[in-house]
Parts: sequence; structure tokens; C-alpha cells
Amino acid sequence: MAKILAVDDSASMRGMVAFTLRGAGHEVAEAENGQLALDVARGSSFDLVLADVNMPVMDGLAMVRELRTMDGYKGVPILMLTTESHTEKKMEGKAAGATGWLVKPFDPEQLLATVKRVLG
Amino acid sequence: MSAVDLTQFHKTFFEESLEGLDAMEAALLALDSGSTDTELVHTIFRAAHSIKGGAATFGFTDVAAFTHVAESLLEEVRSERRAVEAELIELLLRSVDCLRAMLARSSSGQPVADAESEALRAELVRLVSGEADATAVVAAATVAAVSGWEIGFSALPHLLQTGNDPLRLFRELQQLGRLEVVRAFLLDGAPQLADLDPSSCHLGWELRLHGDVARGDIDAVFDWLDGDCELTIKPLQAASSGNAVAATPQQAPAVVQPEAPAAGRPVRETAVASSEGGTIRVGIDKVDALINMMGELVITQSMLSDIGENFQLSKLEHLRDGLAQLERTTRELQESVMRIRMLPIGSVFNRFPRLVRDLERKLGKQVRLELHGEHTELDKTVMEKIGDPLVHLVRNAIDHGLEMPAQRKAAGKPETGMLKLNAYHEGGNIVVQISDDGAGLNRDAIVAKAQQRGLIQAGQELSDADVAELIFQPGFSTAAQATDLSGRGVGMDVVRRNVRDLGGTVSVRSISGKGSTFTIALPLTLAIIDGLATAIGSERYIVPLISIVESLRLRPETVRKIAGGGEVFHFRDEYVPIMRLHRAFACADAVTDIEQGIVVVVEDDGRRVGLLVDDLLGQQQAVVKSLEAHYQRVQGISGATILSDGSVALIVDVSGVVRLGQRRKAA
Repeated sequence: MAKILAVDDSASMRGMVAFTLRGAGHEVAEAENGQLALDVARGSSFDLVLADVNMPVMDGLAMVRELRTMDGYKGVPILMLTTESHTEKKMEGKAAGATGWLVKPFDPEQLLATVKRVLG
Repeated sequence: MSAVDLTQFHKTFFEESLEGLDAMEAALLALDSGSTDTELVHTIFRAAHSIKGGAATFGFTDVAAFTHVAESLLEEVRSERRAVEAELIELLLRSVDCLRAMLARSSSGQPVADAESEALRAELVRLVSGEADATAVVAAATVAAVSGWEIGFSALPHLLQTGNDPLRLFRELQQLGRLEVVRAFLLDGAPQLADLDPSSCHLGWELRLHGDVARGDIDAVFDWLDGDCELTIKPLQAASSGNAVAATPQQAPAVVQPEAPAAGRPVRETAVASSEGGTIRVGIDKVDALINMMGELVITQSMLSDIGENFQLSKLEHLRDGLAQLERTTRELQESVMRIRMLPIGSVFNRFPRLVRDLERKLGKQVRLELHGEHTELDKTVMEKIGDPLVHLVRNAIDHGLEMPAQRKAAGKPETGMLKLNAYHEGGNIVVQISDDGAGLNRDAIVAKAQQRGLIQAGQELSDADVAELIFQPGFSTAAQATDLSGRGVGMDVVRRNVRDLGGTVSVRSISGKGSTFTIALPLTLAIIDGLATAIGSERYIVPLISIVESLRLRPETVRKIAGGGEVFHFRDEYVPIMRLHRAFACADAVTDIEQGIVVVVEDDGRRVGLLVDDLLGQQQAVVKSLEAHYQRVQGISGATILSDGSVALIVDVSGVVRLGQRRKAA
């Protein structure tokens, strides 16, 4: 089972994501903004990062850009949790270095399917 | 239906959404007062955005639809396509109120959208330029059945650095049909082996995917790779003889409108119940302090058990030290645990900028609001109950206290009135002050009103304190005409009663022409009270110290029997009923002779009763345990506590017994 970092400023969303993933047997670390996520990421390693885009202190895009410069995170899958269904917006995440996205709202099954898709 | 129960996250969602709305409101007010900080707009946008995302995830479709429109509008502001105008702020402030109401209805399981929210939403929609309701856009999936596809896939060098892995793509394609790798090749421009960077990809593939696979499914596999590869997808040559064209494109599914709740559907009770038990966010420093204290307790415990295991008299000094340490740690632990329930009063203060702004507009007054001591902490329960009295005092200060700008100018004061809220700790209490620099209490108007209401006699001598006391009398209101704001039948008497229910006091100091200051003093917590332990027969009762006026031994000549078997005694110019607690609580072996016992005079809401007890045992702190939760409600008893010897003492409900005593006196 995988080690996953879930980053979202909304406690309910983060809770839902973490709860669902833990239920599927994954080990989940949580962070409530990009800055805190980087701190967590530095002290550990993850198989997958799920990150909200709009967050205070440091948003998801800045976090991905920073993460991609860090040792051990150059090729790790990073999915943006975004409410934007417009391609243009989704591509912003890609441009920052994200692997892909999951469009909100999603239900636990969609989340697990996407995670399975990335991790195999 | 999903296997994961999402309702467990609803409470968190409601809490964070309400916090988000508070932040949104504060930022809107800051913009309204002329701030140009762009971060404010981001804060507002983020709040709306988070609420929308959460609402959609957790199935609150009405809330999601509403915030969606608000968010679109905010997006225009954020991207500077729309200016921040007073009208827009007004509309967004109303949206905040509307969302609060919608969330409240959601959390209690009531129908969420109402006429007001729909009207406001329509107003927002009108404002959003060229709003195409994004929720209605459903991509029409073109489904063309074919026997297979030819896929040319060449990675761009940075492909691996986005976290995408060609192996994953092949795995996914394999799940769609039979995958055949025709050729894998090194792309032009690939470096020599010695210069190869393992994080760069220089490979290309020619693939065939056999089977009846929809083009959309293949696109979905590659959806994240836009810009990371070169991709060609063609129907297989052999099968491309036009049957794909013959396939009818599937109709786009109709957009299903969220089902309106059927009239008369029972309100879900579970939702109501779950919204009641609140949660507290506790700072990590507080938890750490608790853990530290726990560590010390464990050390002390092991030290004491060492001493106890083979005790010799020579170790007596150690034992004393250990017990002293235990006492200290226990006290600190108690304080730390209490601090967990403590929250900064800022969350109550935060609602005032908005209230003041609305009142300014409504009344045509100018007010400068100053908040001090927002970080002062008090018990969560106290905080929840102090909000309404504070709102009332603030309303009164603006409505009755502060004068109109013209009047102020005439009196030589600045046209903008000052309203100050201050919170601070003093002794074991938290003090909240509401001061204004308005006209002060109008002595003549108060006296006239009090005479008219029959509260005082004409020509009665009154000190300033007596006059101030009059405004706390039930049903008192000095407004010449009942205004929309203060004249709601809720007077200062209600404020005083609410504060008293929390074990606190409220008082006013006023200087004519200079302003008034209302001072509320509250206990830090409701969980511990300072009490006077008394003995009645073999039982112990705790009387809350805050209610006690005086304890005295009566001389027989001061006691009078009255009709109906009651007894009263003369105390400070009035007759106070005596309540024989041993009789009220049916205690055996108690002192029945009034001269042998002691009378504890207690006061509630200005009414006094003398409680007859056997003896006073001393002052002590009592940790209040609910009797209702463990047994049942008992008249005249507010709770129970455990004494140092392990026995249980009951805590006297002073307002309950005073009511009982007064009824007896009246009878």
C-alpha cells in the first residue's frame, strides 16, 4: 500500500480524502497548505501527492513547482484536486509540474479509482 | 451509493464554511472601508471557492449552486475584470448572510433554498457577465464503435518529470482491449548513453489497441499528458471502412436538476442531532502542555509508589515533598484541561464590525469601532451565551448612547462617535467592557419613565447608581419611540438575567455628556465554582459563593412567623424569608432550632432568601458534575461535586431556592 500526502485547506475535504484512502489501506499524511506540505514532504517520502489548488499561505501550484525541485519528488505523481473543469485551468497545474488532476466534486469511489490509476 | 459514509464530515464542513464566511465578511468590510489590499479579494474568493467545493462534494447542491455564481462574480473581481464597488460589496455581504442561513438550514436538514436565496442568486447571475451555467455543460461523448485503434505515442523529454509513467498508460490501455506494441524506438535527438539523464524520456511507441474501444476512453487514458507527448490516434486501417461514421453519436445526457424537496417530507432528525454536539479546535501548544503535565504526574506517581513500597519514617520528608509536588502538578493539570475549553473572545467580537456598519447606515450615525483584547480567552459555553447580551449592549450604545452627527458637533464633539469593546482578565474573572462617548444615561428620562412605570415614587431621592440600576428593571425602555433596533421587547433586564445565568454580573457607569461604560464580569469557566461548604445533618451542601450576601446567627427576636407557617427575619431594612434547607431537602438529624443553626443569606435577581444550615465548613472550589446527566433533575439543586474525602455534596441552585422562598413569602 502506498504513502500518500493529502494537501487541502478545507478540513472536511482533507478528512474525506484521508479517510477514504486510509480505508483502502493507504498510509496518509495531511497538510493544510502548500508550505506545511513542503515541510512534511522534506522530512519523509511519498508515493503520491494530492493537492488542492486554492489555499492560503502557499497555493497548490507554487507547492508543485517547489516540490519538483526537491530531491525525491522529481518523478512522484502529483494530482491537483481542482474545481475547474476548463482545460485552460487544468493545464496551469500541468505547467507547474503536476501529473494530472481530479475534478471536484468527486466521491470516494472516483478518488480511489484515480489513485489506483496512478499507482497501479 | 458510496461505501464511505460522508455524513461524518458534514459537521467539519459546516464549521469551516461558517469560519470561511466570517473571513469573507471581515475582508468585505475591510474593502468597504477603503482598503486596497489585493489579498483581501483572494481571501474572499478562496472562502467562496472552498464552500462551493465542499458543498458539491457533500451533496449540498443548493449551497453549491449559490456559491458557484458568487464565485464566478468574484473570479471577475480577482482577474480585475470588475471593480470593487460599494454596490457589489453590499450584494456580497447579503450573500454571506444568505449562505449562513442556508448552511444553518442544511445542518438541521431543512429545505435549503428559499425565495430569498433564489432571488439573491438571480441577482448575482444577472451581474455576472455572460454567465453560461457551467454546471449545465456536459460534454457529448462521441462514441464510435470500431475494431481497433492505431496509436502513435512519442514522449517529450520531460514526461517522466511530471510524474507520468508510460507503463501506467500501457496498463490502462490493456484494460480497454488487447494491446499490441508494434515498435518501440529511440526518438531523434536522444543523447548518447553516457549523457543520458534518467529523468528524461526519449522513447516513442507505435501501438495497436484491438477491440471495440470508444475513442473517448483512449482520450481519457492520455488526458493528463496534454503537452507532455506527441499523440496520434487513428482507427485501424482494416476497420476504417466507414462503419464508424454510421454509428450514431449518443445523445448528450439530459441535465438532471437537483430534486426539490417534497413538501411535507419529515425533517431528518439525525441531522439535527448531529449538529448539536460541538467540536473545539485546540492549539497544539495546549495539548503539549497537557502532555508535559501528564509526564510530570507519572514521575511523581512512581516516586510516591517507591516511597510507599518500603516506607520508613526517615522517608517522611520525601513523602511530603512528593505530595506537595503531586498537589502542584494536579493543579496545573486542572488548569491545562480547563484551558482546552477556552477560546479567544475574538470570535464573538468579529461579528461587531458588520453590525456596527449596518446600524450606522440604518440610523445615519457615524461610529468608529475599536476592539481590544480579542485574544482574551474564555470558556466555550460562556462564549456561546455571551454573544446575544453583547449584541444587545452594542445596539443600545449606538441607538441610545451615541448622538446624531449634528448633535455631536453642536456639543463640541467629533461627529464620529466612538464605541470601544474591551476584554481582559481580572482575578478569576473575565471582564468585557462596552464603552461609548455618547450622551450618557439620561437621568431625567429614566426617572420619568420609572415613575410612569411605577418603579419609583415621585420625589424619591435617587443616587446616580440608583438611576443606573433602574434601566435593569424588567420592561424598562427609554426610547421615545420603539425603534427597529432596540425596541424589541428585550430590555436590559434580559441582558442582566443572561449574564447572571452565566454566574456573572453586569453594571453601568455613566457620565452625562461624556458617555457610558457597561461592564460585564464573567467567571472563566462554568465547570468549577467557588463555593461555601455547609453541613445539614450528616450531609454536605455547597452554596455558590457569588450568591452569598452574608452568613449570620439569628437572634430569636428578629424572627417572625407569618401566615401559612413561613418564617421571615429582619435583615438590612427588609424582611427576608427563611428557607429551612433540612426541610426542603428532607435531611435527618439536622439542627431545627433557628438559634442553633446559621442562616446564609443569598441573593438572586435582587431577591433574597436566608438558608438555614447547621454549620459552615469553609470555602472550597467545586468541580460541577451534572446531576441530570447521571441521575435526574432535582428541584433546588444545580449539580453535585465530590469532596476531598470522596463523599458527594450537592450544589444548591440559588435562583431555584430563591424562587421557592419568595413564593412561600407571597403565599
